[in-house]
Amino acid sequence: MAPRFDSVQQVRDGLKAVNYLADDGIAGVAFLADRLGKPILVEGPAGTGKTQLAKSIAEMTGARLIRLQCYEGLDESKALYEWNYKKQLLRIQADKNSDSWSDVHDDIFGDEFLLTRPLLEAITAEEPVVLLIDEVDRVEVETEALLLEILSEYQVSIPELGTITAKQIPMVFLTSNNTRELSEALKRRCLFLHVDYPQMDREKEIVLTKVEGITEMLADQIARIVRSIRQLDLKKAPSVSETLDWARTLVLLGLETIDAEQAKETLHVLLKYQTDIAKAAKELSID
Amino acid sequence: MLDLLSGFIVELRNAGLPVSLTENLDAMTAISHIPLEDREAFKYALGATLVKNHAHWRSFETVFEVYFSLRGPEYSITDGDGTGGDIDDFLRQMQDAQMKGEGNGGAGGMDQLTPEELMNILMNALMNGDQAMMRALARQAVQRFAGMEPGRPVGGTYYLYRTLRNLDLDGMSEKLMEASRQQVGGELTKLEERLERDEYNHRIEQFKQEVEAEIRRRLVADRGAEAMAKTLRKPLPEDVEFMHASRDEMQNLKKALQPLTRKLAAKLARKRRHGRKGPLDFRNTVRHSLAYGGVPAEPKFKYPRPAKPELIVVADISGSVAAFARFTLMLVYALSNQFSKVRAFVFIDGIDEVTDYFKKTEDVSEAIQRINTEADVIWVDGHSDYGHAFEVFWEKWGKEINPKSSVILLGDARNNYHASQAWVIKEMKQKARKVYWLNPEPRSYWNTGDSIVGEYGVHTDGVFECRNLRQLEAFVEKLA
Repeated sequence: MAPRFDSVQQVRDGLKAVNYLADDGIAGVAFLADRLGKPILVEGPAGTGKTQLAKSIAEMTGARLIRLQCYEGLDESKALYEWNYKKQLLRIQADKNSDSWSDVHDDIFGDEFLLTRPLLEAITAEEPVVLLIDEVDRVEVETEALLLEILSEYQVSIPELGTITAKQIPMVFLTSNNTRELSEALKRRCLFLHVDYPQMDREKEIVLTKVEGITEMLADQIARIVRSIRQLDLKKAPSVSETLDWARTLVLLGLETIDAEQAKETLHVLLKYQTDIAKAAKELSID
Repeated sequence: MLDLLSGFIVELRNAGLPVSLTENLDAMTAISHIPLEDREAFKYALGATLVKNHAHWRSFETVFEVYFSLRGPEYSITDGDGTGGDIDDFLRQMQDAQMKGEGNGGAGGMDQLTPEELMNILMNALMNGDQAMMRALARQAVQRFAGMEPGRPVGGTYYLYRTLRNLDLDGMSEKLMEASRQQVGGELTKLEERLERDEYNHRIEQFKQEVEAEIRRRLVADRGAEAMAKTLRKPLPEDVEFMHASRDEMQNLKKALQPLTRKLAAKLARKRRHGRKGPLDFRNTVRHSLAYGGVPAEPKFKYPRPAKPELIVVADISGSVAAFARFTLMLVYALSNQFSKVRAFVFIDGIDEVTDYFKKTEDVSEAIQRINTEADVIWVDGHSDYGHAFEVFWEKWGKEINPKSSVILLGDARNNYHASQAWVIKEMKQKARKVYWLNPEPRSYWNTGDSIVGEYGVHTDGVFECRNLRQLEAFVEKLA
């Protein structure tokens, strides 16, 4: 299959065109994942654009995004496939008398009675797809094993049907908030990408592209204040999405520049704990 | 190239990173897709395939710098004789512009500058955030001040110290602030001042890193990558020993603690929820069997009620083990919702309860801070006296130990040859559910000198060596 991207720079520009500002690491790893045909495991603090990365790649390559949201208790029938039991029953009852047993038997375990779930859907898709397995750290260690076959071989084995191999290798993203250590087996099959809070310059760029009607001056101030706040020892440092919320708030208030008083009044958009807000206000001497 | 890369991977393994064979192969394939001239892309290609844990990234970066820092044209070493190409040319222009023809234009590049002039240029570079200039200056500073001699067996930190001492970067930050105040023409608001300061500190930090990288490059050139990697090898955050951690390492440990507690809490909660079913509830089963004519068709089980232990932490906070006690308290309190109740006591030769400090504030590190300054833990001379501390503990709070409580004693049991009063531990053991002792010293040091951990240990349910986060984590998991 032809590679999707020619160079790292192309990935970068492409992402920029869909309003996602990638740094060297992100673009480089996305490029490699395509070339090596490997999934990417994206890890990092909440709200730094892990999920958005998958969405943006899908948008950029014009592929369909198939999303599997992980949660505790996720199982095979929700992630891979399930037999349409009711339809099978109907089928058996419909021609009780006519067919011989072996016909029915072969019949009810056919494609027609198979309900595809996200993973199988991604494998069988004809058109280009991007598969996003979101918050993979939420499933139990045992359930992780479900993913292994699909991640390394891009195939799914169904006992009654045999093995279904992918027609094309989809881009696969797994995201993790790192609430637990993922198994070695899973990590080994993936490229690893850590997405951290962006550098000040990049954050400013992000604010500028994502928030409409913001002045350069204000974006610069916002990025600088956020950087200073992140250096404090907080319960929850402000994420990029919170920075954006804050920027939007300030724009809605019709501000061109921000002073201490306004910063203090809107700090609750940025920080979600009372102790954090108090601490930031004190540290930035805007109390 | 292959040789270099396999040497690189061996070094990563030596540094403690788990690199499997498949990852190794992936790395080889990955770099064939990346243009080798692009250093950043090369680094990320290796990183994405070899490093699967963000905590290991720093170790990876160090090894990478050592192995690949000499490659690529812009990283070659100029010996400062003015033939060094672009940057020196650029420098000369800058300098000319700044000095307005003070009569040292041209030939020598930076070499002929007096230290004062050098400082001025540095200040300007920091002021404007000029990256290229900063790099060039770092190079010049190292060459001028570090006094590096080939083959001299001293570490990079020595050279770093020498360079930075001559640059006086601490004063620099003040001067920069002063300059920007003048620029605005008057006073800055407090917020602006703070932001400016952060910005300058950030730039100075960048400059320091440049200096460090430059020193490293020169050392690698002198000694070769392998020898250098060996001297730079640092333990991973989870393997750093509490008792010997440097200030930087302490910072890293603190950062590592947060995600660790989150992980641990999730794990423990999960363990609780998915614990085995309780035993058969006989009464309930019989009652329900009445509906089926006395046939126990529907067995009922007791609701699993895993005990949430009550914790009593008694920690030695004298100098030698303070860091360890601090970490353990932080960890225990971060997990406090996994326990029904946590009480904390600290002692040196006197003992004091500090549970309230944690209750009043949400911020654990603030509580720790207050403990260090306010808790009343000194009885006579401020040298550890386990015996007296335990005795007082038993008198005052001994009654409150009950069969639900687990007692954790933290300390190295270096008792300064006082009486041990080990009977307290024995009594404790009889009343409490469990008594554990955590010792931050390596096992081989136990019971040497004035350490009497063995004397106390016989009465406990176990003495555990707890030198680093990894061991601490393993213990807490066992506990809950």
